Amino acid sequence: MKLPDAEQLLPKLAAELKPLVKPGTAMIGLYTGGAWLAERLHPMLGLEQPLGLMDIAFYRDDYSKQGLKHDPKRTKIPFDVEGRDLLLVDDVLYTGRTVRAAMNELFDYGRPRSIALVVLADRGGRQLPIEAQHAGAKLDVPEGSRLRLKRAADGRLSLEIESGR
Amino acid sequence: MAANPQLNAHGELQHLLSIEGLPREILTQILDTAEPFAGVTEREVKKVPLLRGKSVFNVFFENSTRTRTTFEIAAKRLSADVINLNVAVSSTSKGESLIDTVYNLSAMHADIFVIRHGSSGAPYLIARHVKPHEHVINAGDGRHAHPTQGLLDLYTIRHYKKDFARLTVAIVGDVLHSRVARSLIHGLTTLGAPEVRVIGPQTLLPAGVEALGVRVFHDMRAGLKDCDVIVMLRVQNERMNGALLPSAQEFFKSYGLTAEKLALARPDAIVMHPGPMNRGVEIDSSVADGPHSVILPQVTYGIAVRMAVMSIVAGNN
Amino acid sequence: MKILLKGGRIVDPASGRDEVGDLFVADGKILGAKEKPDRTIDAKGLVVAPGLIDLSARLREPGDEYKATLASELDAAVAGGVTSLACPPDTHPPLDEPGLVDMLRRRAKALARARVYPVGALTVKLAGERLAEMSVLADAGCVAFSQANLPIADTQVLWRALQYAATFGYPVWLRAEDKWLSREGVAHDGEMATRLGLAGIPGFTETIALGTVLQLVRATGARVHFCRLSTAAAVEMIRAAKKEKLPVSCDVGIHYVHLSELDLGYYNTQCRLDPPLRTQRDRDALAAGLADGTVDCAVSDHAPVDEDRKQLPFAEAEVGATGLELLLPLALKWGEARKLPLAKTLARVTSDPARVLGVHSGRIEPGAPADLIVFDPKAPFQVTPESLKSQGKNSPFLGYELAGRVRATLVDGLVVYEQ
Repeated sequence: MKLPDAEQLLPKLAAELKPLVKPGTAMIGLYTGGAWLAERLHPMLGLEQPLGLMDIAFYRDDYSKQGLKHDPKRTKIPFDVEGRDLLLVDDVLYTGRTVRAAMNELFDYGRPRSIALVVLADRGGRQLPIEAQHAGAKLDVPEGSRLRLKRAADGRLSLEIESGR
Repeated sequence: MAANPQLNAHGELQHLLSIEGLPREILTQILDTAEPFAGVTEREVKKVPLLRGKSVFNVFFENSTRTRTTFEIAAKRLSADVINLNVAVSSTSKGESLIDTVYNLSAMHADIFVIRHGSSGAPYLIARHVKPHEHVINAGDGRHAHPTQGLLDLYTIRHYKKDFARLTVAIVGDVLHSRVARSLIHGLTTLGAPEVRVIGPQTLLPAGVEALGVRVFHDMRAGLKDCDVIVMLRVQNERMNGALLPSAQEFFKSYGLTAEKLALARPDAIVMHPGPMNRGVEIDSSVADGPHSVILPQVTYGIAVRMAVMSIVAGNN
Repeated sequence: MKILLKGGRIVDPASGRDEVGDLFVADGKILGAKEKPDRTIDAKGLVVAPGLIDLSARLREPGDEYKATLASELDAAVAGGVTSLACPPDTHPPLDEPGLVDMLRRRAKALARARVYPVGALTVKLAGERLAEMSVLADAGCVAFSQANLPIADTQVLWRALQYAATFGYPVWLRAEDKWLSREGVAHDGEMATRLGLAGIPGFTETIALGTVLQLVRATGARVHFCRLSTAAAVEMIRAAKKEKLPVSCDVGIHYVHLSELDLGYYNTQCRLDPPLRTQRDRDALAAGLADGTVDCAVSDHAPVDEDRKQLPFAEAEVGATGLELLLPLALKWGEARKLPLAKTLARVTSDPARVLGVHSGRIEPGAPADLIVFDPKAPFQVTPESLKSQGKNSPFLGYELAGRVRATLVDGLVVYEQ
């Protein structure tokens, strides 16, 4: 299937988000793909607060089955979450479990005023009642395939499909 | 018993019994995983839900408030339920065998047993008798191993020195009786530290210690020369009036770390101590409280490392 | 009962005889001439040899009947082809009273299995302070005097004990072990003990004591048999002592020519032995010493221990391994590894221990006691708790397959075991 060019989706998303940015708005990107995306979007939106990066490893709901799958990174949120409008950024929205974990973790840092979910691609297949407020593209990816964001050596982002889990 | 009793069929960490025999990748995984846990301990909500619903039993056959407390804190920060069993004063004194104690605890549905025992090898015996989904973490067995202490020492060294491949590390004091020293030596050699030294009198160095991959020094000044890391071991009171050491004063004279001896090491050398310290016996107060000392941070890292160990083993079923 | 052992490969280490033939037995003795048999045992394809003579097997009676009994262990002995055994004096109470010795001998005799030769205590209660009544004990049937595994710390007592024994020509069997150096250790003081964090027993624990006793032998002329050598250095010292023509002999536990400290593995308590398993170099020197005769013979050092006492952390576990049923296969394994002729291999467990014990069995010749075994040197023996007759299932060889099974055992001309 033909995938959209991530580099072209980026400015589209930025344009959609810019008018909604308030003075205190902050952004948090989810490792790894969401973090890459957020690192590109953050300067495009001219946000005051530095970028936050989050690893949801300790909040996943599949720990009992999978254990700690990969080496978790350190979550860094360099601003106060309390009362803040947040843009939560991830690369692909699928079952919704990652976002649920991210929200659980976020609330351990404080009580935000609002959270808006920003994703590059929404591939459907939701297993939880979670939706993205802003999605770069809606894609129909066959079950059993993985949609991933890739970053080339020169920083260029692209969407790719990997068949088989 | 050919297979490594610590690893499951997939080569993943099932029990943590000793650093010896663990592949480099697993040691690195533990250190890497401890990193974000250190971040958790620094924020306001110090808990993550990872081990929610799981039970951690601290089964201490040998008293230790310090170690038990850090395991308890680590387990609670993972949202696990913690039960403390001071077995030293309960069932085994009534004559119940070690194995029977373990079976009884197993019947209470534990997920993780943290064991401290006075006899080397006890955790191995216990690990042979627990159920497949139960995990054993060795909190110190006799003079054999104290792997979580070794790991937090490695984490501390990595934090300050970054690359093991260039380090000269000296371990000073009663290596003969020290499980901490043995664990650290295995960790350093596995992670590629090119020069590991042990410094002490003949009476406090075990037979064949060179076979562990260390260089032996009896002269502390010679041994400290150009060191990047100095680890001072605790000398227990019982050792000091017998046939091993004449007195604390004598020990301090030859093997105590003073500012003057410290100056022989590299200018940016760090000083570590697994604690509790005997000021004026192993280490001079000016050094313990001085700029080279990382003794207090060691304690903080201890919680993160234990959180890492527990979350890794509990996820490998 | 006249018994014919027909067509077996007759191996007599004492004379060097190794040929296929028939052997006749009657009235408890090996016959010189052919006679009409009441019973024939077909020994075709099997080896006919003197019954094994084991200089150290603990029968656990009197005192430790919960571990094993005379009946169970003597059954194990004959199943293993052991027709004579010496038991150490460390029973509870120890064999320092003629009444106990007498009772032990009677009970063993009544069971009519293997011959039991009690070794009497050298000192009262084995405490290393007062001399035991050696003369009275000898009359009751003690063949030698020993301290079992309890070394005498007081060298003056040791000297007097050797003087006294020498006066009457009693052999003294001693473990060469310095009590002070060994008191805390549980494993050989070397790399393995350092890795496992176990308190060590240095090799010189043995050689220091050995040197002391050898000097006392020179001074007193006592005949001393050293039990359970464990170091290469000790083998060298014995070699020199024999060259000097001192009246000494020694044995090695059969486990020690096969195993070393490496076999401790992850705290395998089946390898918790006394003396400890030492280095590979020591093991190899013991194996070589046994081959060239510096070490006179091999023993099982049989010590049944119940499972509860082995399922403990290493330092807390009880020492000992079961061995009566493994002496033959382990001796054969040793002999094969060294490429020795069968007669030489068997000598170390038959004619040589017979010499140390001072008995006429352990040989195949007309008029010798009919203590014989018929065995298959190639038959596999799976060592499992079920296959062992002894009540002690504690063995470093559990799960191993060894070669060598006894098909029939005769003691005093009677068949006491048959498979």
